Amino acid sequence: MITKEEIAHVASLAKLKFNDEELAKFTPQMDSIIEMANELGEVDTTGVKPTTQIIDVQNVYREDVVVKSQTREQLLKNVPETKDGFIKVPSILDKEEK
Amino acid sequence: MNISNETIDSLNQKLKDGSVTAQELANETFSTIAKKDEKLNAFITVNKDVEVATDLDLSNPLAGVPIAVKDNIVTDGVKTTAGSHILDNFMPVYDATVVSKLKENQMTIVGKTNMDEFAMGASNETSYFGEVHNPWNLTKVPGGSSGGSAAAVSSGEVIAALGSDTGGSIRQPSSFTGIFGIKPTFGRVSRWGLIAFGSSLDQIGVMSKRVRDSAQVLTAIAGYDDKDATTSKREVPDYTQFLNQDITGLRVAVPEEYMGAGVKPEIKEVIQNTIDLLEQNGAVINHVSLPHTKYVVPTYYLIGSSEASSNLQRFDGIRYGFRATDVNNLEDVYVKSRSEGFGDEVKRRIMLGTFALSAGYYDAYFKKASQIRTLIVEDFKEIFKDNDVIVGPTSPTTAFGIGEEISDPLTMYANDILTISANLAGVPAASVPAGMADEMPVGFQIMANHFDEGSIFKVASFIESQNKFYEKTPTGMED
Repeated sequence: MITKEEIAHVASLAKLKFNDEELAKFTPQMDSIIEMANELGEVDTTGVKPTTQIIDVQNVYREDVVVKSQTREQLLKNVPETKDGFIKVPSILDKEEK
Repeated sequence: MNISNETIDSLNQKLKDGSVTAQELANETFSTIAKKDEKLNAFITVNKDVEVATDLDLSNPLAGVPIAVKDNIVTDGVKTTAGSHILDNFMPVYDATVVSKLKENQMTIVGKTNMDEFAMGASNETSYFGEVHNPWNLTKVPGGSSGGSAAAVSSGEVIAALGSDTGGSIRQPSSFTGIFGIKPTFGRVSRWGLIAFGSSLDQIGVMSKRVRDSAQVLTAIAGYDDKDATTSKREVPDYTQFLNQDITGLRVAVPEEYMGAGVKPEIKEVIQNTIDLLEQNGAVINHVSLPHTKYVVPTYYLIGSSEASSNLQRFDGIRYGFRATDVNNLEDVYVKSRSEGFGDEVKRRIMLGTFALSAGYYDAYFKKASQIRTLIVEDFKEIFKDNDVIVGPTSPTTAFGIGEEISDPLTMYANDILTISANLAGVPAASVPAGMADEMPVGFQIMANHFDEGSIFKVASFIESQNKFYEKTPTGMED
């Protein structure tokens, strides 16, 4: 049985936050999903290689040449806040007062 | 003009003889959408400012034909949301490769279709932009996640639409709305510009009422792309050459698990009739087993969610999309933008994936699922040694009611049991209408070996020519 504390921990790894009400809803849902995942334990996979991609291509190389891409202006078009052509973000450290 | 009775070829003919122009077709489509979408909500954005090509090369049947694109495929200068609040203001600055190809073929992109948020869902109910209604019965879901594309095609708003399919997101809605939809082989169509969900599973494909229309569009969008290193350099055939072929001697595998207890009896009957039809016309039916079918749902949800939890890290409120305002520091921007920007289903998948990849759980969940994926791939390899196609139902049920399953994630996930394996194995798969059950359409699934879309088109076109399902009109759209 997965606990609310474990769910809150996983949420913090995923940069998500749930309030108490959401935790109360998500915890049993996650528990039942993980219980379903536990069914995989029935399958004997001794010596079976994992598959993480299904194409027969391995590494793909290209010449290291300059190609045309988007302009700075285009790339900044969707940025919520910019200053002097840079992305502006809040301070990394806590602000005492906003 | 009622576009429901048209095909790409018939529109091409009308453009050739001058009875309609491409601009008129676009305008006509916009007025149809305005009227029908009051009931359906199939579009998130209608692209009214689209530049319709004027120098049409009508030797290409696609030229001047309107098409819709699922809203997780980026379109330069046209809002692209992936059905999410976190991208509800996102304006791409480039075109996805498939969109560039549609434009090279002079198709008119009339709008962006509604979808489950980040393509996570089987009902279209997880969209931030509201649920989509099934044209056959407005109280039912159109399926998901490409439910907007399915409803738009089925109702006759457009002839064809692009969708994406990670675990059945093209095929299941095609089945629920009585249209054809194909998920090509992994690596056949570039995903450059597709907002990533599960990178080892995602594939862009086509949905249309008529099989030939999809064959034409797929021929245009398939092929190698140096921007997507997973695409294949294999030559793309003209898929229309596989239509209207004799099916004598075609080897058809029917997995016992696909006709088992979980499938509704009314659906089994429709599917069995279609299998009988293939047999009566010279196909050889082989009864086979896909023994790991029982495990595909958890296998898929672990792998897909793990990949999603990684892919969706990029949505952090910094470079694009929604940024929360009530913040004290950078960490707050990440956590609040994501917590306010993502819906519940997306959060569940991110949580499951993060859990499956986290220290102490990786071996038991992600690695275990990846090993079982190997066994599933081997099951398919074994069957394709002696068979050309694998067939069965696309979905164990017909379209369910809006609100019926959304509160129970496990019930919703079980919808995908018959479609997931094709994504895990990377093989091409399609759904073609087979008939009706409970007054709703039933889809017949056809899977083939890697890069053998041709066999799928052959079988689908044969079934279409026999049952002429396209002559039926969706029953939910009458006033």
